[in-house]
Amino acid sequence: MAVEVIKERYSSKVGEVVLGATKAEGGTRSHTVTVGGDSTLPFLHFEGEVPNRPVIAMEVQDRIPDWNPVVKKPFEDVIGDVAAWAEKCVKEYGADLIYLKLASADPELGDASPEQCAETLKKVLEAVEVPLIVVGSGNDEKDNEVMPQVAEAGAGENLLLGVAKQDNYKTLTAACMVHKHSIIAQSPIDINIAKQLNILINEMNLPLDRIVIDPSVGALGYGIEYTYSIMERMRLGALTGDTMLSMPIICTVGHEAGRAKEANAGADEFPGWGDLAERAVMWEAMTAAGFVQAGGHIFVLRHPRSVELTRRAIDQLMKK
Amino acid sequence: MILIGERINGMFRDIGRAIKEGDKKPIHEWAERQVKAGADYLDLNVGPAAEDPVKAMVWLVETTQEVVDVPLCLDSTNYDAIEAGLEHCKKPALINSVPADRPKLERVLPMAKKFGASVIGLAMDAKGIPKNAENRLALAMEIVAAATEFEVPLEDLFIDPLILPVNVAQDHAPEVLETLRQVPLLSNPAPKTVVGLSNVSQKCVNRSLVDRTFLAMALAAGLDAAILNVCDDELIDTIATARIILNKDIYCDSYLKVYKGRGA
Repeated sequence: MAVEVIKERYSSKVGEVVLGATKAEGGTRSHTVTVGGDSTLPFLHFEGEVPNRPVIAMEVQDRIPDWNPVVKKPFEDVIGDVAAWAEKCVKEYGADLIYLKLASADPELGDASPEQCAETLKKVLEAVEVPLIVVGSGNDEKDNEVMPQVAEAGAGENLLLGVAKQDNYKTLTAACMVHKHSIIAQSPIDINIAKQLNILINEMNLPLDRIVIDPSVGALGYGIEYTYSIMERMRLGALTGDTMLSMPIICTVGHEAGRAKEANAGADEFPGWGDLAERAVMWEAMTAAGFVQAGGHIFVLRHPRSVELTRRAIDQLMKK
Repeated sequence: MILIGERINGMFRDIGRAIKEGDKKPIHEWAERQVKAGADYLDLNVGPAAEDPVKAMVWLVETTQEVVDVPLCLDSTNYDAIEAGLEHCKKPALINSVPADRPKLERVLPMAKKFGASVIGLAMDAKGIPKNAENRLALAMEIVAAATEFEVPLEDLFIDPLILPVNVAQDHAPEVLETLRQVPLLSNPAPKTVVGLSNVSQKCVNRSLVDRTFLAMALAAGLDAAILNVCDDELIDTIATARIILNKDIYCDSYLKVYKGRGA
């Protein structure tokens, strides 16, 4: 007797968000990228649709970051020029998106002016044709000056701008409304705040299909399981009709994995841990693999080798 | 949670008069108001005073459907009136109701099958309402068996354990809650459960408080649907809060607002 596969039927699905805009749509991108739309738990192709493949964004910064030398090495020829760096990520490593962090806006890391940041954006827009994600330096006060100008400079491009937080979302939301961009809504590994922030942003009239959730991922060994279970619960919420949790999810894997001790300590310090060059890359790749399976939609990565490994994991999971 | 708006009932003076005089306005107003408040179904009851219940029911169905498109819950002990109403319903309706009384089951269940309607089965028979949960469940089981016999899908069956006014029949409420807990065990797929909420507070003081306290307890016991005053904000807030406590909806600070805006 054949085994009958038990299938769940869900009443709803994850919303879709479109990133970027082509010439016809008022932008300059060669194509747009659509994320989300899943009508099942991650990759259960027998049960529902996974219409859009999860995508990889490669992170570039407008100043030389203090990343581990192992992670910076593949970019040593371009790391001082953010446009060239972005171009290499797309041409050589096949990045689906570029994640531009305007780190130099930080008052302590260069204090770049809003105008300078807008210029940086324009350079990167010229250098690559893929859709862009642009985030501020992480200094709320400064970012509230910088991001509206960045949003204006990128008007028409349908950027994904970040990051909005529960205590600082209004300026960025308004900038996204005025210049027609999408927004990253970040919560501190807390599903209730994630939902509330989406409601607050939506109450300012930014449509739900222009919000992407950043649940604040934890790296392997640093809370990955908490984020995993929150992402799982969000997905179940989305599938059962909780529209305020039905947005696609962005996972800033490179940033989180790059902070882990295991991705930075040399073999001289911990001989049992093995070669750092391989370990640092694997820490990022393994963290990403976990979140691919958790149902993330956009993965922000740094090292080309972990990009390749993550892409391979996605390939395998997308096979029906 | 399936909310059935109770307000279009000839027992209310404005509706009774509207039916008698053929005045559509109060029907339209209450239909729109209840749907706006989140009603999934609208209960239609011509009341005891209607001269021609069949004609009155058809009029109520047509008048209501002029302004809203939610499904209707046809509430009458006159099965000719229900049948006439079903013929005019645009969406599969809910028949309210039939007891575990063989001749009545034989009349109502084939009608439900013919029109694809759902049915509320009352946990009572010709002898009346049982005192305890065990006998209520026995009658519910008779209805489940009859539904199967007459090919009404069990997903379309609602069991009403019959709550009585708490000021005269206090010992019934715990039995009703126990019945709600056990109805899902009767069959697979299980029938749903429903209560006519305001019955619990008939002629009590603090009616609204009695209603919402009982509703919270019934939800904890697994209640699926209720015929209630959907325009009672505090009652709807109670449902939203119970759903949070029962972990059916994910909490956020705006959860009351989110629940009120559901489906919107």
